[in-house]
Amino acid sequence: MGIIRTQDLVYEYVRRDEEGNVEGSIRAVEGVNLDIEPGDFIAILGHNGSGKSTLAKHMNAILCPTEGCIWVDGKDTREPSELWNIRQTAGMVFQNPDNQIIGQVVEEDVGFGPENMGVPTREIWERVEESLKAVGMYQYRKYSPNKLSGGQKQRVSIAGVLAMHPKCIILDEPTAMLDPNGRKEVIRAVRALNEVERLTVILITHYMEEIIHAGKVFVMDHGRIAMQGTPREIFSRVEELKALRLDVPQVTMLAYELKKRGIPLPDGILTTEELLKALGL
Amino acid sequence: MPIVLDHVSYVYEADTPLARKALDDICLEIPDGQFVGVIGHTGSGKSTLMQHLNGLMKATSGHVYFNGEDIDGEKYDKKKLRSRVGLVFQYPEHQLFEIDVFTDVCFGPKNLGLTQEEAEARAREALELVGLPEEVYRQSPFEISGGQKRRAAIAGVLAMKPQVLILDEPTAGLDPKGRDEILQQIKRLQTQTGLTILLVSHSMEDVAEYVDRILVMNDGRIMLDGTPKEVFGHVEELERVGLAAPQVTYIMRALKKKGLEVDVDVITIREATEEILKALQDRG
Repeated sequence: MGIIRTQDLVYEYVRRDEEGNVEGSIRAVEGVNLDIEPGDFIAILGHNGSGKSTLAKHMNAILCPTEGCIWVDGKDTREPSELWNIRQTAGMVFQNPDNQIIGQVVEEDVGFGPENMGVPTREIWERVEESLKAVGMYQYRKYSPNKLSGGQKQRVSIAGVLAMHPKCIILDEPTAMLDPNGRKEVIRAVRALNEVERLTVILITHYMEEIIHAGKVFVMDHGRIAMQGTPREIFSRVEELKALRLDVPQVTMLAYELKKRGIPLPDGILTTEELLKALGL
Repeated sequence: MPIVLDHVSYVYEADTPLARKALDDICLEIPDGQFVGVIGHTGSGKSTLMQHLNGLMKATSGHVYFNGEDIDGEKYDKKKLRSRVGLVFQYPEHQLFEIDVFTDVCFGPKNLGLTQEEAEARAREALELVGLPEEVYRQSPFEISGGQKRRAAIAGVLAMKPQVLILDEPTAGLDPKGRDEILQQIKRLQTQTGLTILLVSHSMEDVAEYVDRILVMNDGRIMLDGTPKEVFGHVEELERVGLAAPQVTYIMRALKKKGLEVDVDVITIREATEEILKALQDRG
C-alpha cells in the first residue's frame, strides 16, 4: 500500500447562519482516489478554489474526510489515537514562512518539533544539524529568523519538518511569497530531499515551471482530479490547462506557438535544451 | 510631474548601533499615466520606497513632492495625500471587513466625507472597473473566491479616486488565469483612466508583459531604470542581485548561442515566436 492512499474522499464545508442552522454546503473535495508510493514526487495543480489545499490538509489529518477514507502510511486519519503518528509521518509546509517560524534562533526553531515529541536532547541536536544541512541552511543556525530572506526562512520551515523525521512532506504553495531566487532555492532543496533522501514530496503550486521534475502531476477542478500524468503528458494539453485557469511553462508555450505556426515540434517540451534539440540546433 | 523624489534616504533605527539604510539617496520622477514595475529581492527597499509615496513613512533626509508640493511640509494635508495615492498592500483581502462587498467598497469614500449616494456611485464605478459582477455586490467578502476578494480590495482603494495606484504584489497566490485577469484589468485602468500605476512584483514574466518602465531596487538604491527591454538586457546584473530575466529571454540567448540568428532582447512569448519564425525562414 502507498504512503498516502485515499478512497472516494469527500470533504464538505457546511455553512451555518448565526443561529447555527445549516445555510448551505460546498463539496470542496468530491470523490478523490489517490495512491502515492513512497519516494514519489507528486505535484498538485489547480485554480484557486479547486480543492487542492483542502485535499492537502487531509494528508496530515488537519481535516478528516466527511465521506470516504484516507490512509497515511496505512493509518486511517479518523482514528484519534493515530493523530500524532500521522502528523509525524506527514509534515506540512505552508505558504507564509512568517506564520511557521516561532524560535528566536534558527536552530531552536528547527529543534522545536523533535523536542515536542520527547526526543532526547543529544539526538535533537543531531537532527537539527542534519535537517539544516539537508536544506543548505546549516551556516545560518545561529541567526535570528527575521534576519533571513523569504527563501531562507522557508528552507528553515522545511528543516523544522525534516527534524521530525517524516516519511512524507506536503508543501502548500511554498514559493508564492518569494522572489525568483528564493523560489529557486526552495525548489532545489525540495528536489534534493526527494532525490537524495528519498522523501515522498507532495508539492502544490501555481508556478508551472516548478513541477517539470515531478514524477506525476494531478490537476484538480471542482474537487475532482481532472487530469493526471507525467509533466510532459500534462503540459502537452495546453488548451485543456488554459480552460482550467492554468498555464504551461514559458518554453512549453513558446514551442506550442511555434508548432501552431507550422514548425514541426513534439508536444510537451519542458526545457530549453529539449527545444534546441527539437529545432535541430 | 505628480511624483518627484529628491535625494530621499531612510534609515531604520537611526542613531542606534543597529542603524540600517533602507533607502539610499533616491532621486526619481514619475510622470502622469505611467505604468511602472518595481522589482528587487526581499529586503531591497521596494516596500519602504512605496510607503514614502503616500506619507506612511517619512524620509530621514531628502524630499518627496506630490503634484509639486513637499508632502512633509508643515501645512501639507496627509489625509488628502492618502486619498490621492492609493496603496494596495500584499494580501489586501485580509483587510476586507464589512458585511458585504458593496458596503466594504463604500467605506473609503464615506470616510472622505462623501454622502451615501456619492459613496455608492463611486463604489459601483470602482467595482465595474475591476470587473466584479453585480451578483457578488451583496455577498459577504469572505465567501467569494480568492481572485474576487483581491479585486474587491482593489476596488476599495479605487473608490477613493486616486491619481496614483500602488500595488504590492497584487497577484501573489493567485492561479495563472487569476494573475492574467488582475494584470489585464490594471492595464485597462491605466489606459482608460490615465491612472499612474506602480506595481511591485516578483514575477519577471508579468512585469515584462505589462509595464512601460521598470525600476530595479537593490540595497536601497535604484540599480536600473528603463523600459522592460532595456532592463532585461542586463541579465547578469539582475542575477547578481537575486533577480532574473523572463524565461523566454534565456531561451532566446540559448538559441543565439547555438547559431540561430535571433534578437536576444525579446521578453515576451509573442515576440519570441515571431523572431524565431523569421530566423528559421532566413536560414531556409
